[in-house]
Amino acid sequence: MTVVETPADTVELTEPVIHDEDGPGMSWSGRIMLMVPTLVLAVFFLGPFALMLRTSFYRRIQGGFYEPAFVLESWSRLGSDFYIDRALFSLRICLFVAAVTVMFAFPFTWFLTRMKARYQVPLLIMILAALTLSEVIVAFAWDLILGRASGISNIMVWLGLMSEPQSYTPGYWAVCIGLAYIAFPYCVLTLYPALSRIDRELTEASETLGASPLRTFFNVVVPLSRTNLVAAFLMVFVFTLGSYIIGQVLGRPEHWTLSVFISDQATYNSNVPFAAAIAMFLTAVSLAIVGVTTWLGSRQGRARQKAVAV
Amino acid sequence: MLTESEIDLRTGASEASATESSVTENLVLERVTRRFGSVVAVDDVSLQVPSGQLVSFLGPSGCGKTTLLRLIAGLDNPNAGTIRLAGEDITKRPAHQRDIGMVFQSLALFPHLDVRRNIGYGLKIRRTEKAVVATRVAELLRLVDLDGLADRQVSQLSGGQRQRVAIARALARNPAIFLLDEPMSALDANLRESLQVELRLLQQQLGITTIMVTHDQREAMTMSDVIVVLNQGRIEQVGPPLEVYRSPKTAFTAKFLGATNLLRGRSAGRASVKIEGRLFDVPPTGDFRAVGADMTISARPADAELEIVGSDSDDRAPNRLPGTVSFVRDLGATFECFVDVGLAEPIVVQGGSRDLASGPRLARGDVVRVHFPMASCVVVDDPERV
Amino acid sequence: MRLFRFFVISAVVIFLVGPLLVVGVASLNANQFLDFPVTEFSGKWYGALLTDPQWRASVSNSLKIAVPGAGLAVLIALPMAYALHQWRPRFSGVFMALGVLPFMLPPVISAVGALVLWNEIGRPGQIENVIIAHGVFFSTVPLITISLGLAGIDPSIQEAATTLGADGRRRFFTVTFPLLVPSIVTGYVAAFVLSLNEYIIAFMVAGFTVETLPIKIFNSLRYGFTPTIAAVSIVFTGISLGVLTMLARFGSLERLLGAGISDT
Repeated sequence: MTVVETPADTVELTEPVIHDEDGPGMSWSGRIMLMVPTLVLAVFFLGPFALMLRTSFYRRIQGGFYEPAFVLESWSRLGSDFYIDRALFSLRICLFVAAVTVMFAFPFTWFLTRMKARYQVPLLIMILAALTLSEVIVAFAWDLILGRASGISNIMVWLGLMSEPQSYTPGYWAVCIGLAYIAFPYCVLTLYPALSRIDRELTEASETLGASPLRTFFNVVVPLSRTNLVAAFLMVFVFTLGSYIIGQVLGRPEHWTLSVFISDQATYNSNVPFAAAIAMFLTAVSLAIVGVTTWLGSRQGRARQKAVAV
Repeated sequence: MLTESEIDLRTGASEASATESSVTENLVLERVTRRFGSVVAVDDVSLQVPSGQLVSFLGPSGCGKTTLLRLIAGLDNPNAGTIRLAGEDITKRPAHQRDIGMVFQSLALFPHLDVRRNIGYGLKIRRTEKAVVATRVAELLRLVDLDGLADRQVSQLSGGQRQRVAIARALARNPAIFLLDEPMSALDANLRESLQVELRLLQQQLGITTIMVTHDQREAMTMSDVIVVLNQGRIEQVGPPLEVYRSPKTAFTAKFLGATNLLRGRSAGRASVKIEGRLFDVPPTGDFRAVGADMTISARPADAELEIVGSDSDDRAPNRLPGTVSFVRDLGATFECFVDVGLAEPIVVQGGSRDLASGPRLARGDVVRVHFPMASCVVVDDPERV
Repeated sequence: MRLFRFFVISAVVIFLVGPLLVVGVASLNANQFLDFPVTEFSGKWYGALLTDPQWRASVSNSLKIAVPGAGLAVLIALPMAYALHQWRPRFSGVFMALGVLPFMLPPVISAVGALVLWNEIGRPGQIENVIIAHGVFFSTVPLITISLGLAGIDPSIQEAATTLGADGRRRFFTVTFPLLVPSIVTGYVAAFVLSLNEYIIAFMVAGFTVETLPIKIFNSLRYGFTPTIAAVSIVFTGISLGVLTMLARFGSLERLLGAGISDT
């Protein structure tokens, strides 16, 4: 493949050109360019984490406010059987949805990357449009479809397959479908770059060796993308963990995920310290998963570099 | 190796420079070194480039020729050494303040600008008056034969036209030195050949000092006043093209500049080498090697002759090796005969179609004798020999 | 395989487009209440969207946030991406991670964070707070599109400008920036559309004082279905589709999403 044929001269070119160990280094303007945005991100993104951590130890007072203190109330509440149970439920449903989503998104993305641009672009637009769609609208749409007044069961009745319309929402499966809907486009986009890079000749080689396209898919494409599959699965998992509306609209309280609890506590229950505590917990879980994903990616990157060196 | 000593291109240079009354060095490199981590890309290179000449850096991928060019352009900084242009030390001067014009391997035309603005870019950056820019651009368009294409977008041009735009753009500011980084590599073979001639004529017409990086020996031979052969960051040999071709100093140069047969044997006294048990007379050289010392001869395929075994000539005559034909590559205009003489690689003998027509028809398995006339045998340094 | 492909692709298209079709049909239902099959069609709910002052206010709020918010996101991303690309400073991975992380973590975390921050500063509930929060949260999007754009520029084009006499600043303004415009526009537009659709951050930071469109939809949903919600959903989807189609015309969507960018 292309990796092997890299001529040595291009290696020369890819050496750092302007900055290297002996070079003049970063200019002042460069430093400012890097530091100002970093500062903004630090103040408005990292800063709040410190504040959240502190707030999680504050005492909540009636009327929706909180006052500085050091109480473990929020954390002990998070450690209660009920919330541990809720956390486990969140992880379970999101893992399930992530698995199913990847299972469908993987072959779809594969077919997508093998299409001519003429067919590929409209599908990509559809995927991106679905991705940008507000969760509120997604929840509303599925509520409409799964509800009693319109949607699927009416069609069934109309077709004579069902005697009377039935509502599937709120319910566990409604939440699953809603989560899958928001997760699917995200999953496709995580898989897309890696799959589109798989050399066409590789699958053609497999097919000229007598493997059917289906076998080629399972024996060549899937093993080649194992790391990307795992990475996509984990990213989708984090993504669904972040859903805050789907569970609220399409599920009963027993179907709520941690994100729903956070927004519920922070707003309707006005318990910011407790919301901050759950948010810190969710951050820890998400960071751990993102970290694992990055590690997987860099390991793959290093393996590639080794291949180049050989 | 010649790297430690200063190399003056005027000594033994081409007729052109010899006839000029006063040749000045335009560009001088003194003990320039560039390291990337543990890799030494340019290793203690010293070189003087006279005004108005075209000098080629020739070498395989990774020999450091592109790095050397980038150091001259100021796109990279040397770890050690001095670079002087027209008498001024420019080692530490940033690229945008150097008086250079460069054509990149990828051409690097600005895709968002039309032909006119591409060519005029360097002038505009120097805040040249609009009218002056317009005149100069028109002049350049005529020079590179692109009249009437000023308003085209770069994407609408053919490969050869893009090439011309890149050349015109680099020449717009009348730079002191013109740098070409594999300028033809993006073109197909036919176009490349004709542009080589054109570019060489243009360079001579303008009399601009030019350095060209190439890995194509044919291109280097076509265009250069002087060829600098580079290998592993060091200068292997410097000289006019024919001189380097006819008298390579090292096995590397002999192999890289045109195909050659390397015959490895041992010294058998003054101007005599023993190869595979047979004696070879070589032109006498100044340096004397002890009997039995390693010696390598380079002999061009075109200079070798085939003899049919059984003819009158003495089988024991010097400069001859017996062998069997292992392959005949008949290309119409020329033919190449591969002869297995017991060395690691087969000997290649090249001839014209007339030789083939007049001589006997050769086929695989024929027993022949290869004759290397004394004048064609060049003793070369062969540090890579094991 | 062909059958498999046909099945997968059509299932996905039905799954993704189907719900929007249902919403579309509902938005055209003349009846105030949902019924099926639809007996009479009407476009009056779209009209209501334009005339109802509450809906109009929420549209204007959303635009007031998304226009500067996406601008802020680009302002954060552009210098950062350029500096990281140009100088490749040490720990550039750390800077990149900082830029990408807001978007990677569940948005509800950023939402609570912003809520706590503005409570701390003592200016909760302001529309500027939402603009800043969106600018920070969505800066990842232009950061990625601009970084991809920079990676796609032949490095010798910048070097060519240098050898022609341009210093760093002039090179940026005459060559790099013009070549980056598509990536910047893409980043801006994507951040804009995402900001327009964003609910949780806007809601937590200023939900009780500034009602954006998604917040308005959700609030209306709590009081029961109105066809206006369906109409506004369709308008939203239409905006997304329109903007994305424009982007596809403007540049190669496949390339923007990372196809053909070799990582060697």
